[in-house]
Amino acid sequence: MRDSPWQRALRSPVLWPLAGIAALLAVNLILKPGFLNLTVLDGHLYGLPIDVLHRGAKTLILALGMTLVIATGGVDLSVGSVVAITGALAATLIGHGVASLPLILAGALGAGALAGLANGLLIARIGVQPIVATLILMVAGRGVAQVLTDGQVLIIKHAGFDFLGNGFVAGLPFTIVCATLLYVVTHIALRRSAAGLFIEAVGDNPEAARFAGLATARIKTLVYVASGLCAAFAGAMESANIGAADAQRAGENLELDAIFAVVVGGTALTGGRFLLLGSFIGALLLQLLVTTMYHLGVPPAVAPVPKALLILLVCLLQSERTRGWFRGLAPAKS
Amino acid sequence: MTPALQRRLPLLTTGAIFAVLFAAATLLYDGFFSARVAVNLFTDNAALGLTAIGMTLVIFAGGIDLSVGAVAGFTSIFVATLIEKHHVHPTVAALAALAVGGTLGAGMGALIHWFRLPAFLITLAGMFLMRGCAFWVSTESIGIAHPLYERLSNCVLELGRFSLPLVALVLIAGLFGGGILAHYTRFGRNLLAIGGSEQSALLMGLPLGATKVGVYMVNSLCATAAGLVGTLYTGSGNPSTGIGLELDAIAVVVIGGTVLTGGRGHMLGTLFGLLIFGTIQSALLFDGRLSPWWSRIVVGLLLLAFILLQRLLLRRLNRR
Repeated sequence: MRDSPWQRALRSPVLWPLAGIAALLAVNLILKPGFLNLTVLDGHLYGLPIDVLHRGAKTLILALGMTLVIATGGVDLSVGSVVAITGALAATLIGHGVASLPLILAGALGAGALAGLANGLLIARIGVQPIVATLILMVAGRGVAQVLTDGQVLIIKHAGFDFLGNGFVAGLPFTIVCATLLYVVTHIALRRSAAGLFIEAVGDNPEAARFAGLATARIKTLVYVASGLCAAFAGAMESANIGAADAQRAGENLELDAIFAVVVGGTALTGGRFLLLGSFIGALLLQLLVTTMYHLGVPPAVAPVPKALLILLVCLLQSERTRGWFRGLAPAKS
Repeated sequence: MTPALQRRLPLLTTGAIFAVLFAAATLLYDGFFSARVAVNLFTDNAALGLTAIGMTLVIFAGGIDLSVGAVAGFTSIFVATLIEKHHVHPTVAALAALAVGGTLGAGMGALIHWFRLPAFLITLAGMFLMRGCAFWVSTESIGIAHPLYERLSNCVLELGRFSLPLVALVLIAGLFGGGILAHYTRFGRNLLAIGGSEQSALLMGLPLGATKVGVYMVNSLCATAAGLVGTLYTGSGNPSTGIGLELDAIAVVVIGGTVLTGGRGHMLGTLFGLLIFGTIQSALLFDGRLSPWWSRIVVGLLLLAFILLQRLLLRRLNRR
């Protein structure tokens, strides 16, 4: 018997994060009846939903790279440090009089790719566990960023670079347009070709994937490079947004946000399957949660508490043991 | 190379690196070779050392705990608030903090073991939770002015030219206790067995659940102790105490030759790792030319070197 569309929708992994978003929106609408209002000023769209998307953009982009890494059964803890490095590098380049935007971006993205390559080679070629390999860069990377900025907060003044964080395209913030485009392009590139399946095969069973003729090591290396590139882009965006590079605080705890977004979005940490749409929704849920906390008057520093509780809940729901309990509760199918 | 020697190679390497580093610093900087610098290696890194002891035990069992820095931060502000705002006696406040830390650790261990959830994710959530709670208690640091605190911070043990403050003594006692727990008790052997192969440990009939829950609890207690020592050292409580402490602790353990996949290592290595960490930071301080940020890079590079060394050794041992 074929399931009805309704039954299929109920089993969809993005159902729960979407329900979470709906619940949070409801809370916000009760607290602030005008929450969903949008206004147009100087041809640009403004409003709280736009703000949520805008602030969530960097987590969205990081979660994109992280999704691919987690799909191969790995994890990238270094993205926060890479965000700090690229911000610092961009600020240093601009401070030294480099005016060309492509050059600045090339420098930042190059640094991110290099960081990802280092992670990827350690993991794929030398066989270090992902948590450990990326931990090295997580520790050393912040040091590199601080050496670059000499521990100072560097101010960035560059009209073209500023556009990355504060520009508008067709009335929408550039950050939102860019993050969404990246998701769409990645989705098409991976799902319309075999590349997505290759990544999932490596995560599911690397041995089997290798015997099936996949270049396991190269695929693994490439996903870490992709994650490094995403982190570099997010770093450039964040430093452009605030107009400064702070090596100490930039990207702090962002790796956790990215991992959370991916896990909440239904991509299992064990690898073998990924869901870009889920990560997108997960990142939005996380940002909406933070915004809701602000509206409830919770100080920003306390905001991690609900985040932690949310992730614990999601983990418990995903674990085999709880699923077993639920299966025990459901009436047996004949 | 005999197998016994090969097994001890990471430990020997760590010891040699410490000796070389300390000798180099002695030659380069006047006054580095002194009782004061040696004692400060322990005093300044007491909180880090205490977390590293617990982290060593967790890593022995093949786990990881990222929440320790946040636990130390929570303890710091929790104890300070209890003493200053609610006029609770410091010993009671410390016991309350230990109870919170122990409960959190046991809870995380239970989730990791019985729900088969990845340790790094659960302890990450623990880190968010405790850091958030720390700022919930108070966003600002609180000075502790209690007669007991003053007496304790003035408490110094004179040993010839070495004058050891209480903070250093706590660390040394902790290292001894940790070493005995790890290498001379059933609990410690169970940890190494589980880290070596959880499947085999289960088949041997070792108490898997109790040991894993126990080790996360011990680790959280160590982190709480680190937070308490931090309040003694600074005479205040601060909710942002211990940001990044978990990374330093893991680095110290790995530089100490303990294998991150578990099942192999020695508490003595953690002592050497701590001394290497401390020597690098004191040397950078003595030098004054390089920014302190370099210490993070050097620690990262040492971490890389040790992980590569471990891979090499494991590969050779497995080929046998």
